[in-house]
Amino acid sequence: MAKGILRAKAKAKGGNTVVKIMAKHAMETGNRKDKSGEKIPAKYIQTLSVVHNGKMVMESNMGPATSKNPYMAFTFVGGAKGDELQMTWTENTGSTATETAKIK
Amino acid sequence: MMNRRSVLKAVFTGGVVAGMGVLMPRIAMAAWSKAAFGAESQEIAMGALYEVNPKASADVTLKAPDIAENGAVVPISVKSSLPGVTSIALFVANNPQPLASQFTIPEGTLANVSCRIRMGKTSDVTAVVTTASGSFSASKEVKVTIGGCGG
Repeated sequence: MAKGILRAKAKAKGGNTVVKIMAKHAMETGNRKDKSGEKIPAKYIQTLSVVHNGKMVMESNMGPATSKNPYMAFTFVGGAKGDELQMTWTENTGSTATETAKIK
Repeated sequence: MMNRRSVLKAVFTGGVVAGMGVLMPRIAMAAWSKAAFGAESQEIAMGALYEVNPKASADVTLKAPDIAENGAVVPISVKSSLPGVTSIALFVANNPQPLASQFTIPEGTLANVSCRIRMGKTSDVTAVVTTASGSFSASKEVKVTIGGCGG
Protein backbone atom coordinates (compact mmCIF):
# COMPACT_ATOMS: atom_id res chain seq x y z
CA MET A 1 0.00 0.00 0.00
CA ALA A 2 1.43 3.28 -1.05
CA LYS A 3 2.16 5.68 1.74
CA GLY A 4 3.09 9.30 1.78
CA ILE A 5 2.04 10.07 -1.77
CA LEU A 6 0.75 13.56 -1.07
CA ARG A 7 2.81 16.68 -1.23
CA ALA A 8 1.03 19.66 0.16
CA LYS A 9 1.84 23.30 0.54
CA ALA A 10 -0.44 25.43 2.62
CA LYS A 11 0.16 29.08 3.21
CA ALA A 12 -1.80 31.43 5.44
CA LYS A 13 -2.15 34.84 3.86
CA GLY A 14 -4.43 37.71 4.75
CA GLY A 15 -6.90 35.57 6.70
CA ASN A 16 -7.12 32.95 3.97
CA THR A 17 -5.18 29.79 3.47
CA VAL A 18 -4.04 28.73 0.04
CA VAL A 19 -3.63 24.99 -0.24
CA LYS A 20 -1.85 23.22 -3.06
CA ILE A 21 -1.77 19.48 -3.11
CA MET A 22 -0.07 17.14 -5.48
CA ALA A 23 -0.44 13.41 -5.22
CA LYS A 24 2.12 11.11 -6.69
CA HIS A 25 -0.06 8.59 -8.41
CA ALA A 26 -0.20 7.00 -11.86
CA MET A 27 -4.04 7.34 -12.05
CA GLU A 28 -4.37 4.29 -14.28
CA THR A 29 -7.58 4.71 -16.29
CA GLY A 30 -8.30 1.13 -17.18
CA ASN A 31 -8.37 2.10 -20.86
CA ARG A 32 -4.68 1.63 -21.48
CA LYS A 33 -3.31 -1.63 -22.85
CA ASP A 34 0.03 -3.20 -22.11
CA LYS A 35 2.36 -4.68 -24.74
CA SER A 36 0.47 -7.94 -24.96
CA GLY A 37 -2.80 -6.09 -25.58
CA GLU A 38 -4.27 -6.78 -22.17
CA LYS A 39 -6.00 -3.90 -20.48
CA ILE A 40 -4.16 -2.48 -17.51
CA PRO A 41 -6.60 -2.50 -14.60
CA ALA A 42 -7.85 0.86 -13.42
CA LYS A 43 -6.18 2.21 -10.33
CA TYR A 44 -6.80 5.80 -9.43
CA ILE A 45 -7.61 8.05 -6.51
CA GLN A 46 -11.33 8.50 -6.16
CA THR A 47 -11.66 10.87 -3.28
CA LEU A 48 -9.40 13.31 -1.54
CA SER A 49 -10.67 15.26 1.41
CA VAL A 50 -8.99 17.97 3.41
CA VAL A 51 -9.94 18.67 7.01
CA HIS A 52 -8.84 21.70 9.01
CA ASN A 53 -9.61 21.83 12.75
CA GLY A 54 -12.22 19.14 12.38
CA LYS A 55 -14.00 21.01 9.57
CA MET A 56 -14.05 19.74 6.01
CA VAL A 57 -12.61 22.44 3.78
CA MET A 58 -12.50 20.54 0.52
CA GLU A 59 -13.70 17.25 -0.78
CA SER A 60 -12.81 16.23 -4.25
CA ASN A 61 -14.10 13.28 -6.22
CA MET A 62 -11.95 12.27 -9.12
CA GLY A 63 -12.58 10.09 -12.10
CA PRO A 64 -10.08 8.36 -14.37
CA ALA A 65 -9.95 11.53 -16.48
CA THR A 66 -7.97 13.29 -13.79
CA SER A 67 -4.34 13.53 -14.85
CA LYS A 68 -1.44 11.48 -13.61
CA ASN A 69 0.00 12.98 -10.42
CA PRO A 70 -3.21 14.90 -9.77
CA TYR A 71 -2.83 18.42 -8.56
CA MET A 72 -5.35 20.70 -7.01
CA ALA A 73 -5.31 24.14 -5.51
CA PHE A 74 -7.96 25.93 -3.52
CA THR A 75 -8.36 28.65 -0.92
CA PHE A 76 -10.34 28.59 2.30
CA VAL A 77 -11.13 31.32 4.78
CA GLY A 78 -9.32 31.03 8.09
CA GLY A 79 -6.41 28.88 9.06
CA ALA A 80 -3.31 30.05 10.88
CA LYS A 81 0.36 29.32 10.71
CA GLY A 82 1.14 26.04 12.41
CA ASP A 83 -2.36 24.58 12.02
CA GLU A 84 -2.55 21.07 10.77
CA LEU A 85 -4.43 19.85 7.71
CA GLN A 86 -5.56 16.26 7.49
CA MET A 87 -5.76 14.90 4.01
CA THR A 88 -7.41 11.57 3.35
CA TRP A 89 -7.37 9.84 0.00
CA THR A 90 -9.13 6.72 -1.17
CA GLU A 91 -8.27 4.67 -4.19
CA ASN A 92 -10.74 2.75 -6.32
CA THR A 93 -9.06 -0.42 -5.08
CA GLY A 94 -10.10 0.48 -1.55
CA SER A 95 -6.68 1.57 -0.31
CA THR A 96 -6.83 4.63 1.84
CA ALA A 97 -4.51 6.75 3.95
CA THR A 98 -4.49 9.98 5.88
CA GLU A 99 -1.58 12.35 5.68
CA THR A 100 -1.01 15.63 7.41
CA ALA A 101 0.57 18.94 6.48
CA LYS A 102 1.24 22.10 8.46
CA ILE A 103 0.12 25.53 7.34
CA LYS A 104 3.09 27.81 6.82
CA MET B 1 -20.45 -17.23 12.38
CA MET B 2 -17.46 -18.57 10.53
CA ASN B 3 -19.69 -19.43 7.64
CA ARG B 4 -21.17 -15.96 7.41
CA ARG B 5 -17.73 -14.40 7.58
CA SER B 6 -16.34 -16.48 4.75
CA VAL B 7 -19.36 -15.72 2.62
CA LEU B 8 -18.90 -12.00 3.18
CA LYS B 9 -15.23 -12.30 2.40
CA ALA B 10 -15.93 -14.17 -0.80
CA VAL B 11 -18.44 -11.54 -1.86
CA PHE B 12 -15.96 -8.79 -1.16
CA THR B 13 -12.98 -10.29 -2.97
CA GLY B 14 -15.23 -11.31 -5.83
CA GLY B 15 -16.34 -7.71 -6.13
CA VAL B 16 -12.78 -6.47 -6.22
CA VAL B 17 -11.72 -8.96 -8.88
CA ALA B 18 -14.74 -8.18 -11.02
CA GLY B 19 -14.03 -4.47 -10.63
CA MET B 20 -10.47 -4.98 -11.85
CA GLY B 21 -11.66 -6.58 -15.06
CA VAL B 22 -14.08 -3.90 -16.12
CA LEU B 23 -13.58 -0.19 -16.58
CA MET B 24 -15.18 0.91 -13.37
CA PRO B 25 -14.83 -0.57 -9.92
CA ARG B 26 -17.68 -2.40 -8.30
CA ILE B 27 -17.04 -1.00 -4.84
CA ALA B 28 -19.41 1.85 -4.24
CA MET B 29 -17.93 4.83 -2.47
CA ALA B 30 -20.21 6.93 -0.34
CA ALA B 31 -19.77 10.27 -2.02
CA TRP B 32 -18.31 8.99 -5.24
CA SER B 33 -21.08 8.58 -7.78
CA LYS B 34 -20.44 5.62 -10.01
CA ALA B 35 -23.35 6.56 -12.23
CA ALA B 36 -21.80 9.97 -12.88
CA PHE B 37 -18.15 8.99 -13.19
CA GLY B 38 -18.86 5.85 -15.17
CA ALA B 39 -21.23 7.52 -17.61
CA GLU B 40 -20.05 7.44 -21.17
CA SER B 41 -21.75 10.61 -22.35
CA GLN B 42 -21.83 14.06 -20.91
CA GLU B 43 -25.64 14.15 -20.81
CA ILE B 44 -25.83 10.99 -18.73
CA ALA B 45 -23.08 12.15 -16.39
CA MET B 46 -24.78 15.50 -15.94
CA GLY B 47 -28.12 13.84 -15.47
CA ALA B 48 -26.68 11.75 -12.66
CA LEU B 49 -25.44 14.84 -10.86
CA TYR B 50 -28.02 17.52 -11.63
CA GLU B 51 -31.76 17.57 -11.81
CA VAL B 52 -31.84 20.29 -14.43
CA ASN B 53 -29.25 20.84 -17.13
CA PRO B 54 -26.91 23.66 -16.11
CA LYS B 55 -27.39 27.10 -17.68
CA ALA B 56 -24.48 28.91 -19.26
CA SER B 57 -23.43 31.84 -17.12
CA ALA B 58 -20.90 34.63 -17.39
CA ASP B 59 -20.30 34.39 -13.65
CA VAL B 60 -18.43 31.16 -14.11
CA THR B 61 -14.87 31.57 -15.31
CA LEU B 62 -13.14 28.60 -16.82
CA LYS B 63 -9.46 28.96 -17.44
CA ALA B 64 -7.98 26.39 -19.78
CA PRO B 65 -5.33 26.44 -22.49
CA ASP B 66 -6.44 26.97 -26.13
CA ILE B 67 -4.13 24.23 -27.25
CA ALA B 68 -2.95 21.48 -24.95
CA GLU B 69 0.21 19.99 -26.35
CA ASN B 70 -0.07 17.04 -24.08
CA GLY B 71 -3.55 15.74 -23.37
CA ALA B 72 -2.30 13.75 -20.40
CA VAL B 73 -1.92 16.88 -18.31
CA VAL B 74 -4.23 19.81 -18.99
CA PRO B 75 -4.27 22.51 -16.33
CA ILE B 76 -7.74 23.86 -15.64
CA SER B 77 -8.94 26.41 -13.18
CA VAL B 78 -12.50 27.36 -12.35
CA LYS B 79 -13.64 30.47 -10.59
CA SER B 80 -17.06 31.82 -9.85
CA SER B 81 -18.39 35.04 -8.44
CA LEU B 82 -21.77 33.46 -7.65
CA PRO B 83 -22.73 33.33 -3.97
CA GLY B 84 -23.13 30.10 -2.08
CA VAL B 85 -21.27 27.74 -4.37
CA THR B 86 -21.52 24.18 -3.09
CA SER B 87 -19.91 22.18 -5.85
CA ILE B 88 -17.75 22.50 -8.95
CA ALA B 89 -17.56 19.77 -11.57
CA LEU B 90 -15.50 19.41 -14.73
CA PHE B 91 -16.64 17.59 -17.85
CA VAL B 92 -14.70 16.73 -20.97
CA ALA B 93 -17.28 15.95 -23.66
CA ASN B 94 -15.15 13.67 -25.84
CA ASN B 95 -13.50 11.61 -23.11
CA PRO B 96 -14.47 7.96 -22.67
CA GLN B 97 -15.85 8.99 -19.27
CA PRO B 98 -16.67 12.71 -19.50
CA LEU B 99 -16.79 13.54 -15.80
CA ALA B 100 -13.20 14.35 -14.80
CA SER B 101 -13.43 15.79 -11.31
CA GLN B 102 -15.98 17.08 -8.91
CA PHE B 103 -15.18 19.29 -5.95
CA THR B 104 -17.43 19.78 -2.97
CA ILE B 105 -17.07 23.30 -1.66
CA PRO B 106 -18.07 23.67 1.98
CA GLU B 107 -18.89 27.08 3.41
CA GLY B 108 -15.73 29.06 3.99
CA THR B 109 -13.93 27.68 0.98
CA LEU B 110 -13.66 30.01 -2.02
CA ALA B 111 -15.17 29.01 -5.34
CA ASN B 112 -11.80 28.93 -6.97
CA VAL B 113 -10.13 25.63 -7.70
CA SER B 114 -7.37 24.50 -9.99
CA CYS B 115 -6.58 20.99 -11.07
CA ARG B 116 -5.16 18.98 -13.89
CA ILE B 117 -7.16 16.69 -16.09
CA ARG B 118 -6.66 14.20 -18.90
CA MET B 119 -8.07 14.68 -22.37
CA GLY B 120 -8.25 11.99 -25.01
CA LYS B 121 -8.72 14.37 -27.90
CA THR B 122 -9.87 17.87 -28.82
CA SER B 123 -13.02 18.56 -26.90
CA ASP B 124 -15.19 21.07 -25.15
CA VAL B 125 -14.40 21.35 -21.48
CA THR B 126 -17.36 22.36 -19.33
CA ALA B 127 -17.22 23.58 -15.79
CA VAL B 128 -20.44 23.38 -13.82
CA VAL B 129 -20.91 25.37 -10.65
CA THR B 130 -23.76 24.45 -8.33
CA THR B 131 -25.33 27.00 -6.03
CA ALA B 132 -28.52 27.07 -4.01
CA SER B 133 -30.28 28.71 -6.96
CA GLY B 134 -29.27 26.19 -9.60
CA SER B 135 -26.39 25.03 -11.71
CA PHE B 136 -24.39 27.25 -14.03
CA SER B 137 -21.77 26.37 -16.55
CA ALA B 138 -19.01 27.70 -18.75
CA SER B 139 -17.42 25.88 -21.67
CA LYS B 140 -14.30 26.19 -23.67
CA GLU B 141 -12.85 24.17 -26.51
CA VAL B 142 -9.38 22.85 -25.85
CA LYS B 143 -7.40 21.51 -28.80
CA VAL B 144 -5.30 18.50 -28.00
CA THR B 145 -2.37 17.49 -30.14
CA ILE B 146 -1.38 14.32 -28.28
CA GLY B 147 -4.11 12.40 -26.48
CA GLY B 148 -3.76 11.32 -22.92
CA CYS B 149 -6.30 8.59 -22.40
CA GLY B 150 -4.29 5.79 -24.00
CA GLY B 151 -5.73 3.28 -26.41
